Amino acid sequence: MEVTIKQENNATVASVDGRLDAVSAPELERQLSAAIDAGQKSMILDLGGLEYISSAGLRVILTTAKRVKTAQGKLVLCNIRDTVMQIFEISGFCSILNIAENRESALKQI
Amino acid sequence: MPFKLRIKCSASMENLADVVSKVLLTAENCGLNNKRTGELELAFEEALVNVFNYAYPGTTGNIEIIAHNDKKNRFIVQIIDDGKPFDPLTAPEPDLDKDIADRQIGGLGIFLIKKLMDDVKYRREKNRNILELIVNPENT
Repeated sequence: MEVTIKQENNATVASVDGRLDAVSAPELERQLSAAIDAGQKSMILDLGGLEYISSAGLRVILTTAKRVKTAQGKLVLCNIRDTVMQIFEISGFCSILNIAENRESALKQI
Repeated sequence: MPFKLRIKCSASMENLADVVSKVLLTAENCGLNNKRTGELELAFEEALVNVFNYAYPGTTGNIEIIAHNDKKNRFIVQIIDDGKPFDPLTAPEPDLDKDIADRQIGGLGIFLIKKLMDDVKYRREKNRNILELIVNPENT
C-alpha cells in the first residue's frame, strides 16, 4: 500500500494505492490520525488505486469517519473501484459514508 | 482433477501474504474465476487474521491450512489451530443500519466471511478449532 497526502483547496486529500489489508491498515490509520490530530477536519480519501480492502481497512475508514464527525468535519470517499465498492455495499458503508464519483465532485461536497 | 495443498506454519502476521497466495493459486487451479478467487482471498484473510490475533493470547502457536477440491468440485479451505476455543459463526452480526456515530467498529470480518462464501462450517475437534470455507465455482 502507498499513501500520498496533500492539501487541495481546504481539504486534505489522501490517495490510497494498492492493498489495504491487516498488514497495511495500521500505517494508513497512523497517517490519517496524524492529519486529524494536526487539526484537519475536511478529508477526501481517493481510492482510485485501491485494489483490495479487508475488514482491517474498513475499520480504519470507519474510525476516521467517526473522528472527523466528532470534530464536526467531513469525510468524502471517491474513485472507488467495483471490487472495493462490492465490499462497501456488503458492509453497509454506502448508506453511512459520503461517496463521490470523482475527486472534483468530492471537493464540491466538502 | 483433484488438488490438495497443506501448509503448516506459525500463526503470525508475517506469514499472511505467503499463505494467501499459495491457497489462491490452488483455487485458480481448481477452476475458481477471478471474482470468486477475490472473494475467497478476502474471506481467507479474515479467517487467518482472526487466528493470528486471537487464538493464542499472550503466547504463540501454529496454524494449519488444508485446501482441496471435493467430488462435487467445490473448493474447501480448512483453517486449523489448537488455540482457545472460538466459534466465529456465533459472533453477533454488525448492525448495518446504525449511523456513523453509533456504528460498532468490530465484527465486520466474520460477517464478510459469511456473506462471501457459499458455506462456512466450524467444529471443535481434539482441542482444535477447525473452520471450513467452501466455494462452489459454479456460483459466479
